[in-house]
Amino acid sequence: MLNIPLKDHFRETRIFGSRLTIMAGFVVVVTLILLGRMLYLQVVHHKHYETRARANQISPVPVPPVRGLILDRNGIVLAQNYPAYTLEVIPEQVKDMDATLAQVGSLVTLSDNDQKLFHKQRRSRPRFESLPLRTNLTEEEAARIAINRPHLQGVELHARLQRHYPLGGLGIHLMGYVGRINEEEASVIDRTGKRADYRGTLHIGKLGIEQNYESLLLGHVGVERVETDARGRSLHVIEREAPKAGDDIYLNIDARMQAAAEQMLSGKRGAVVAMDPNSGAILTFASMPTYDPNPFVNGIDQESYDALLNNPDKPLINRALNGQYPPGSTIKPFMGLAALESGKIKANESVICRGVFRLAGEPRPYRDWKKTGHGKIDLHESIVQSCDIYYYQAAVKLGIDFIHEFLTGLGFGQSTGIDLKGESVGLVPSRQWRKARGENWYLGETVVTGIGQGPILTTPLQLANSVSILANGGRLMQPRLMYARENPVTRERHYSQFSYKQLFSEEHKPQLDAIVAAMTDVVHGEKGTARRIGWNAPYRIAGKTGTAQVKSIAVGEEYDAEKTAERERDHALFIAFAPVDNPRIAVAVIVENGGHGSSAAAPIARKLMDYYLLPETMPALNNATVVVSQPDE
Amino acid sequence: MNDLKRFINGIRYDKPLMVALLIFALMSFVVLYSASGKNISVVGSQAIRLTLAYIIMLFIAQVRPDTFVRYSPHFYAAGLVLLVVVLVVGVIGKGAQRWISFGGFNLQPSELMKLAVPMVVAWWLARDGLPPSLRNVAIAAVLIFVPVLLIIKQPDLGTGALILASGLIVIFLAGLSWRVITVLALATAAAMPLVWATMHDYQRQRVISFLNPESDPLGAGYHSIQSMIAVGSGGFFGKGWLDSSQAHLGYLPESKTDFVFAVFAEEFGLMGTVLLFSMYLFVIGRGMYIAYNAQDAYSRLLAGSLTLTFFLYFFVNIGMVTGILPVVGVPLPLISHGGSSLVTLMAAFGILMSIQSHRRILQQ
Repeated sequence: MLNIPLKDHFRETRIFGSRLTIMAGFVVVVTLILLGRMLYLQVVHHKHYETRARANQISPVPVPPVRGLILDRNGIVLAQNYPAYTLEVIPEQVKDMDATLAQVGSLVTLSDNDQKLFHKQRRSRPRFESLPLRTNLTEEEAARIAINRPHLQGVELHARLQRHYPLGGLGIHLMGYVGRINEEEASVIDRTGKRADYRGTLHIGKLGIEQNYESLLLGHVGVERVETDARGRSLHVIEREAPKAGDDIYLNIDARMQAAAEQMLSGKRGAVVAMDPNSGAILTFASMPTYDPNPFVNGIDQESYDALLNNPDKPLINRALNGQYPPGSTIKPFMGLAALESGKIKANESVICRGVFRLAGEPRPYRDWKKTGHGKIDLHESIVQSCDIYYYQAAVKLGIDFIHEFLTGLGFGQSTGIDLKGESVGLVPSRQWRKARGENWYLGETVVTGIGQGPILTTPLQLANSVSILANGGRLMQPRLMYARENPVTRERHYSQFSYKQLFSEEHKPQLDAIVAAMTDVVHGEKGTARRIGWNAPYRIAGKTGTAQVKSIAVGEEYDAEKTAERERDHALFIAFAPVDNPRIAVAVIVENGGHGSSAAAPIARKLMDYYLLPETMPALNNATVVVSQPDE
Repeated sequence: MNDLKRFINGIRYDKPLMVALLIFALMSFVVLYSASGKNISVVGSQAIRLTLAYIIMLFIAQVRPDTFVRYSPHFYAAGLVLLVVVLVVGVIGKGAQRWISFGGFNLQPSELMKLAVPMVVAWWLARDGLPPSLRNVAIAAVLIFVPVLLIIKQPDLGTGALILASGLIVIFLAGLSWRVITVLALATAAAMPLVWATMHDYQRQRVISFLNPESDPLGAGYHSIQSMIAVGSGGFFGKGWLDSSQAHLGYLPESKTDFVFAVFAEEFGLMGTVLLFSMYLFVIGRGMYIAYNAQDAYSRLLAGSLTLTFFLYFFVNIGMVTGILPVVGVPLPLISHGGSSLVTLMAAFGILMSIQSHRRILQQ
């Protein structure tokens, strides 16, 4: 029994009852507050939290588009894509980068170059995007990574499409290549507002067609909305906006002719440009030596790059586009045309060539290549026999200002507007050009300009384009490498439009014809300098040989190819088109230090014209003509 | 046979409370199965713990209330000793010394104190009749603060605060005069800066992130934000059982323990929440009924304090999950997956059942 006085008991009960009632009120009020809070979260702001829950789980993942293929005019694939395992790292998800790299390095081989490239790219890629660490993993390496995936946070294995050039270095100087987007390119992408287009894309066209048609080849990025857990792992794709593949690009290039041209130049340095003079379509665009673009795609190692850079043959230089050579005697048909157009010289006017030309009051002799001279020479013979004396005199008569103006009109010293970036324009000298450099123009320089020597410089592309003017009756074409672009899904094709500038009207046809007739006799005439390639030709060719001095020869000294060191020998040039009555192909060939144009350059042009005009003679692409490169090496 | 039947019939318990607790147990299984990502072993371990807790509860329910009265000081003293021991030799878990290990069995003395503090205060105040004298209140305060400070020192601020509350509730129910209450409330408010100064960094961080969770969405505010997203995205009807994306995709931390209510609210919506709240209110109501009808001051004070402390656990947990209280590690009573706190809770219900089932008709 509890010993509590009754009165106290009642008082206690009353106090306790009132206090308990207060607490009960407290309980009710607090519960109502909680309910209000629930109402606020679950009803009033339900939409907001629902959106946030969804945003939590669903993250957009960019799906890079398939880059367009590059094919030659006959559909031979020059640039393609193949799937390869790529090991990628999201740096923001990696706690200890060094430890992770070491761990990955224990599973797959990681070269110093791989690591260097990886760290380099960390600066140029947006945050929370994966960076490639290793490409082209073998099946075994991929399996090893897959097994250890749970211990490798932030490391991902992707099957990505890799660019590959199956014909290796074939046409490298026109094709270019893709490479990893570098810091500078990334900032350009940002500035031009193209960041979104490149999400998930690691490569960009660096040179050539790959660079020039980057926007066509790239395609449009797609997006996958992927459900992810709190650790960022993808669970499944909820919706997918498919990427749009880039356009395939068909080139005017014929890979077989390209291969033939490169093979004929192999072991030499030089360039060949062949084009259709009626459309500007570039059929062959060769620069030798070439190099394999495939190592550049994911970053070439420094050692290999240095080897290319320090190679005395300079394979990295695009001679067809950027090689600037004195045109030598190949300038004579144009100079002849200038003479006729000037009205100062008539086609039938003759000069006597005794092998030496002197300016009035100057002792310096300007020699003809033929010591004894050519005797009585008119315009026709001056081209056929490539008489220097005739052009020394003509140049002086025309004057450098006229020559400058006329040659510039023919496209010399000008950009051709070819669909490649970084074209060199060469140089047509003038008094003004000299003055701008604070120097005086000497008449002697006008003299040598007459035979394409001195400061005058042209590119092989310009020569091909300018000789096309003579072939097509006076039109300056805009050269085109791209034949058509094709949507890989719809197969819808857009053809490149050819464009030109009409330089000569119908009234000038006699002058043009006179030049073409002379050039025809260069190949087919008895005294023609290129008769060696003409005697057995089943079609008629108009051409002009050229020899450009590399080393200036001291007065009175004689040039002797035998005694001159190989690198100091003259460059051999040849320009031509055929068939004469209906020209379909124009060619310019330069063989550096090749000696005479007639022997070193003309046969190459003849072969290409044969292949193009007599298709049955064209050799198929085979292992003898191209090195077929395998993607998995 | 008859002996067994007599034994079973002789077991004292409170039927309404028992039924409610069994329903809670079922709800706990259902929610934990989803919160654990359909892990049946989590439900299994909860079932084992619950069974153990029920046995303890029923065992305590058989004890006469005057036994509690008699042994309250002893129980309290033993708890105090263990609290000191844990500070010296305790096992460090989650950065705090809370456990004493007895050969595989972990004892958390602060759990004992959840019961011992209200018991000893009720015992002390009931001895001299109610309302208590100021002297008795002062001594009761000492009885409360010594273990509370020891627990906060572990450090376990949440448990310390709740034990403090359970003791203060006893004093309040005993009839502490409003004048004294007002003075103490003002003094407490004045002491707040001092409390802040003595807090650990992580405790301060929790308070800061509570005041502005978005200030550090991936750090200290993460729990709060993710649990509010879970609750809010549940909406009126909820996403349905097993469809809590926040828990299943791993965004919700501690989804089986402290944040289990977020899973419940996400899956069952406001409808489920109202039902759950009703269940809690029923249990609290029953506890207050038992307290009101208890036959002596000690029983009344203890039953009232235990019931209201139970409510505080509920309030603090829901408040934390819904972002109106800072993140303190307090589980949702009767639902969260957890060991010793569940046993303590069920022991408290055992005391309530004992008080209710040992009543005698008093001679008026």
